[in-house]
Amino acid sequence: MADRANAQRPTLPDGLVVIVKRECETCQMIAPLLQQLDATVYTQDDPEFPADVSSIHDADLSVSWHHEIETVPTLIRIINGEEIERTVGWLRSDWQRITGIDTLGDDLPVMRPGCGSMSVDPNLVDMLRARFGDSALRSRRIELAELDDEMEVLFDRGVTDGLPVVPPTEQRVLRMLQGTTRAPDDIVAIVAPDLVEVSVEKVAINAVMAGCKPEYLPWVIAALEAVCTDEFNIHGVLATTMPVGPVLICNGPGTRAIGMNSGVNVLGQGNRANSTIGRAVQLIVRNVGGGRPGEVDRAAHGNPGKVGFCFAENDAGSPFTSLAVSRGFSADDNTVTVFAGEGPRVIVDQLARDPDQLANTFAACLRTAHHPKLVLGFDCLLVVGPEHGHVFAEAGWDRDRLLAELHARLQLHGADLVRGAGDMAEGVPDWLAGETLPKFRPDGLLLTYAGGGAGLFSAMIGGWANGSTGSRPVTRRVVP
Amino acid sequence: MLLDPTNERTILERLLLPRPATLHGKTVGLLDISKPRGDVFLDRLEQRLIAVGANVLRFKKPTFAKPAPVDLRHEIATKCEVVIEALAD
Repeated sequence: MADRANAQRPTLPDGLVVIVKRECETCQMIAPLLQQLDATVYTQDDPEFPADVSSIHDADLSVSWHHEIETVPTLIRIINGEEIERTVGWLRSDWQRITGIDTLGDDLPVMRPGCGSMSVDPNLVDMLRARFGDSALRSRRIELAELDDEMEVLFDRGVTDGLPVVPPTEQRVLRMLQGTTRAPDDIVAIVAPDLVEVSVEKVAINAVMAGCKPEYLPWVIAALEAVCTDEFNIHGVLATTMPVGPVLICNGPGTRAIGMNSGVNVLGQGNRANSTIGRAVQLIVRNVGGGRPGEVDRAAHGNPGKVGFCFAENDAGSPFTSLAVSRGFSADDNTVTVFAGEGPRVIVDQLARDPDQLANTFAACLRTAHHPKLVLGFDCLLVVGPEHGHVFAEAGWDRDRLLAELHARLQLHGADLVRGAGDMAEGVPDWLAGETLPKFRPDGLLLTYAGGGAGLFSAMIGGWANGSTGSRPVTRRVVP
Repeated sequence: MLLDPTNERTILERLLLPRPATLHGKTVGLLDISKPRGDVFLDRLEQRLIAVGANVLRFKKPTFAKPAPVDLRHEIATKCEVVIEALAD
């Protein structure tokens, strides 16, 4: 029996019930027949329709919603409050049988399909679900006074990152939840620093606030799972006085399906998915995890990417194996890799046309990450631009070759690095003076490929304390 | 009507224990968070505390980058009456 068990469900009167709307041509076709029926007629759109029959306006679509009317016209027969049978659209034999009038509509075609009910209109369905649905949402409701400005209320409650957020109404959150197959009460992760369980519902609320579309939600969930691992160590990433935050690198065909940017201005503004997925993760850390600047977040400077830093690798156009594949995933997998990183910095070389010279430039710039005399403590994420990538690819350098060439150029003399060398106090202890020290750990350089097609530039993003004492990059598969 | 984006927890406020009148005979835990040179600070504190008759126990976090493991926190709470944590930077 088609109905939604719900205390708000209006009961239908015994006898025949017909649901129609003026906008539907099939409804207009059968309208003259309704005079022959002793039926209760509900009209969805125009209260004056049908003209010669007294009808009830289902203005809030309550009847249509609760009785799961998907098509108009729908004819239902009710006995003792129970629905006995229904037919949708116009099927002459069905109408004749259900009404008991053998000649009903004999002059009409045998069959005409109906139209979509307003209660399943995609533009209305979220509102109706919020209005009538048995809400599966458990979050506390924040009631607004009539004169409250909802944007200001959210600022006042301290739940924004300093920019306005989209007010998380039940309707918007329910729509967001359509983006995942996971139940609202599923636990995604335990978020530091407060070490609280975060449910899919709380993720969805913050994703709404960040400006995400429902199809981004699985990416937010995957990123959050990655951020909340012991390896990534978001507690430390927050608490450090260094200017780092989660940098999200997205891989896979899904990046293109949701319209992510891996090209022009890839690390900049202007793309909704890039801008909001990372922001949603940071809002969750703030609002659910309790990680707020000035409290557990002790960054001396921070960086603008802490509002949210997320981009797609151009893995479809890359001459190199993608970051995700290099980390053991398939090229068909949709993945998010999280890296504790600072703001990006450009690597300029507009003159090098052979790979060795360009590698020399990369190495010289990479050496300066954090401090030219500090080694091994920090990883670095390299975003190779297409024009630079072309120079390496033309020469047949693949990912492994490029990384090997860079590491080879970043073997540094301890004597140049010790404290005091170059008249700089910063540096490694004196006893390392005779050693050769690599700038980066063997897996401490992460290579990605992205950016606009014009410009002989790349970008580098310095990391934070690496390895088991700090933060390690983590990759998670995106699950619908 | 909006939905609450927070964890909806009520923060439990814990009061500090009363300050001991004297450290003489008390067990003081010194927690090194593993930042460089934190030990320099704690070594000096240890000397000063012993001089006023305190018993000193030293503890160390495995890494400054993560919260102290729960077992370590429990051990400190069980063995010490006072704890001093050395921050650095």
